[in-house]
Parts: sequence; structure tokens; C-alpha cells
Amino acid sequence: MTGSTSTRFTRVLGAATLLGTLWLFLFGLFLSPDDIIQRRGVRIMYVHVPSVWLAYLAFVVTGIASVAYLWNKTRSLVWDRIAGASAEIGILFMAVTLVTGSLWGRLSWGKYWVWDARLTSTALMFVTYVGYLAVRNLGGTHQQRAKRSALVAIFAVIEIPLVHFSVERWNTLHQEESVAKGKLQDMMLFSLFSGIVTFTLLYVWLLIHRQRVLAMQDALDDRELDRALIERRAEADAAAQPATTSAGV
Amino acid sequence: MSTARVALAIAAKDLRIERRSRVMLNQVLPFSGVVMVLFAFALDKANLLSRVAPGLIWMATLFSLLVMVQRSFAVETDDRAFDALAVAGLSPTGLFLGKSLALAVQLLVLDVVLVLLAVVLYETKIHGGGRLALAAVTIVAAVSVLAGIGTLYGGLAAGSKGRDTLLPLLLLPMAAPVVIGATRSMEAAFATGGIAMREGWAWAGLLVALGVLTTVGGALGFSALIEE
Repeated sequence: MTGSTSTRFTRVLGAATLLGTLWLFLFGLFLSPDDIIQRRGVRIMYVHVPSVWLAYLAFVVTGIASVAYLWNKTRSLVWDRIAGASAEIGILFMAVTLVTGSLWGRLSWGKYWVWDARLTSTALMFVTYVGYLAVRNLGGTHQQRAKRSALVAIFAVIEIPLVHFSVERWNTLHQEESVAKGKLQDMMLFSLFSGIVTFTLLYVWLLIHRQRVLAMQDALDDRELDRALIERRAEADAAAQPATTSAGV
Repeated sequence: MSTARVALAIAAKDLRIERRSRVMLNQVLPFSGVVMVLFAFALDKANLLSRVAPGLIWMATLFSLLVMVQRSFAVETDDRAFDALAVAGLSPTGLFLGKSLALAVQLLVLDVVLVLLAVVLYETKIHGGGRLALAAVTIVAAVSVLAGIGTLYGGLAAGSKGRDTLLPLLLLPMAAPVVIGATRSMEAAFATGGIAMREGWAWAGLLVALGVLTTVGGALGFSALIEE
């Protein structure tokens, strides 16, 4: 394995992501118009919506990779590392979603948080995947880590619709406000679309790099383990040597 | 040994350990009692306690569940007893069902005590056979779900460093639908919170479905977890 996680493809992808980010800045902050009701607050949407898209995409990939790990008889750790890398990215962007969402909520509803079904299930999902990462760090062999975390990921995927459904039913009693949904102008829609494309590129770029870093970490762990084994064997041999010599004398 | 016999043997073993050690009686039940009293201190408003009693019962159940799951797997990991059970070639599904069953029986006892405490401390009332039946179905269904996810995540975290802190993080988000469903259903049974009986039964139905899902999913997951 080389010392770098980048290849020609990731460098091109990285450059495209960078360009997309500048493009999003330009359209999101300057070229797209203010909203009639939300005014400048609408610009949060260009980060918020792509973030939530990316987070869901990442968690879906984690789920699929976890099933693929358990499904394949070879128990390939590549799937496990893709699942882990994707979950890390998902958590990061779920956090961005929650922060930008509550800021937007403060501007639009006057509150940082409402007990809306979507908000509540998003927060629970965030905590669930934080737990998933904690399971990945439990220790043990790489295969133990992979198996435990794959199970947690699959249960999380099953749990998400259940949580959403129950919170939605629960909330029908408490629903107080609804967001007036105006039609988005063309320029706003274009900026939003730019954000989604850019964030998707960013996701792929991050996933490839992070997955390779995790592979390097695993390889390093294995090498350290081998080195420790060789050292212990050498110690045992050295300890046995004088004993045999003295026994011979 | 068939799966059912393994399950019954494991459940009987766990309950026998419990009967001899009396951890449930001497520690978990007093703990949940203290939690119920502390809730009364925190929510010291007229009529508020009787209104929120169903939610408090399930919160106290969850707190106690964490303690009980840790206890249930501490007895297995202390002398690597669980490894011995796995190596003995016992059916993993049987192991899962047995541990869940023992946990469910203990949770059932706990919830009956908690409901009685709510009647005494929070002036909660259950009038009529229909409401009593709803409460009973809710408790049995919710307890089976909680025992299932408790056993699965308890097994997952067992024997690892930091399991005491990891377990709540894994378990509580998964328990969210149970807390919501069981609270609404018990609100109907207690006639608080303006929930109709029909809606209460719908929530109880959801809990039963969740119970089946957790038992099947947990058994499959547990098998994958301990097969080596």
C-alpha cells in the first residue's frame, strides 16, 4: 500500500468538488434572490438541504455495505470500511443538518427546535449512528468490529422508518405550526441543485479517502500485532536458550 | 437440544440466579421506586403527575432496563460463561430467546410494581375491564420489545471495554418507538391525555408488531453475533 490516499481520479474529483463549492458560494450567497417571506434566511437552505441529502445517502450506503459484508461468505473488510467511512461522513453532515436546521427554524418559526416528526427522528438517527461509531471503536479483531457494527447498522436502518412513523403519529396531537411552502424561483432551484451536486461529489471524495485511511489503519494494526508476536517469540526463545545450555552443562 | 428447550433452560438458569442473588428485589425495584419518587419532586404541580404518569412509568422502566441488561450479561461474562455456552454448541436463537424471556419476566414484575406505585403515588386510576386489558396487553408487548433489544445490545456490548456507557447510547434511541407507543396506549388505559381507547389499542397493536419484529430480528442478529 502506498503512503497516500489520493489517485488521479480523486485529485480530479477533489478539484471538481472545490469548483462546485465556489460555484455554490457564488450562487447561494450572491446570485440567487432573497425570498419574499424568509428574505436572506432562505440561503441556509442551500447548505441545509444538500447536507440532509448527503447524510441520508451516507446512511443508506452504510446499510448496504453492512448487508454486503454479512452476505458475502468471504467477510471482506472492504465493505466494513466503506460502511464505517460512510457513517462518519453521514454523522458529520447530520450534525450540519441539525445546526443549519435549527438556525433556519429560529429565523422562520422563531424557535430553534419544534417537536416535528422529521426533526425528532433526525435527532434520534444522529444519536443512533453516534452509537454505531462507538461500537466500531469497541476493540477486538477487525472481523469482530465488522460483524458487530454491521448488525447495529442494519438494526438502525430497520429502526429509522419505525421511529419516523411513531413520532409522526405521536406528533399529530401536538402539531402547532406548518411551514408555508411557496414555490421556489428558478434561480433558487438552480442554486439548490448546485448544492446537491457539489455535496454528492464531496461525499464520494471523502468516502474514497476515508475508506483508504481506514484500510491503512487496519494494515498498521496488523503489522504492529505481527511485530509484537515476533518480539514475544524472540523473548521466549532468548529465555529458553540459557536454560537448555545450563541443562546441557 | 431443541431451540425451545435451550431457551427454557437458559431462562430458568437466569431466573434461578436472580432468585438466589435477589438483585432484582434488593436493588432494581428499590431503584425504580426512588426514580418514581424523584419524578414527583421534579414535576411538583397539581394534577400534572397523574397526567404524565404513563410516560413516567416507561421512563422508570427504561432506566431499570439498563441496569437489568448489564446485570444479565455481567453474570455471563464474569467467568467467560457465555463463551462456554457458545462453544457447547447450543442454538444461538435458543440463547437469545432464553435470555430475553428471563429479562421479560423480570420486566413484567417491575412494570406491575411501577403501575401499583403510580396508583399510590400519582393517583392514577384504571376503571373497567377493557382498560385493564389494554394496560395488560401494552405491558406484555412493550416488555417483550424491550427485552429483545436489551438482550441483543447487551450481547453486543458484553465483554467489551466501556460497555456500561455504550449500552444506554445504543439502547435508548432504539427504545424511542416503544416509549411513544406504550405511553400513548397507557394514557388510554389510565384515561389521561385525551387518548381514545380505539387509538390506545392501535398503539398496542404497533407494540405487538414491534415485539414480533424484535424477536425475529434479534434471534437472527444474535446468531450472526456469536457464530465464529
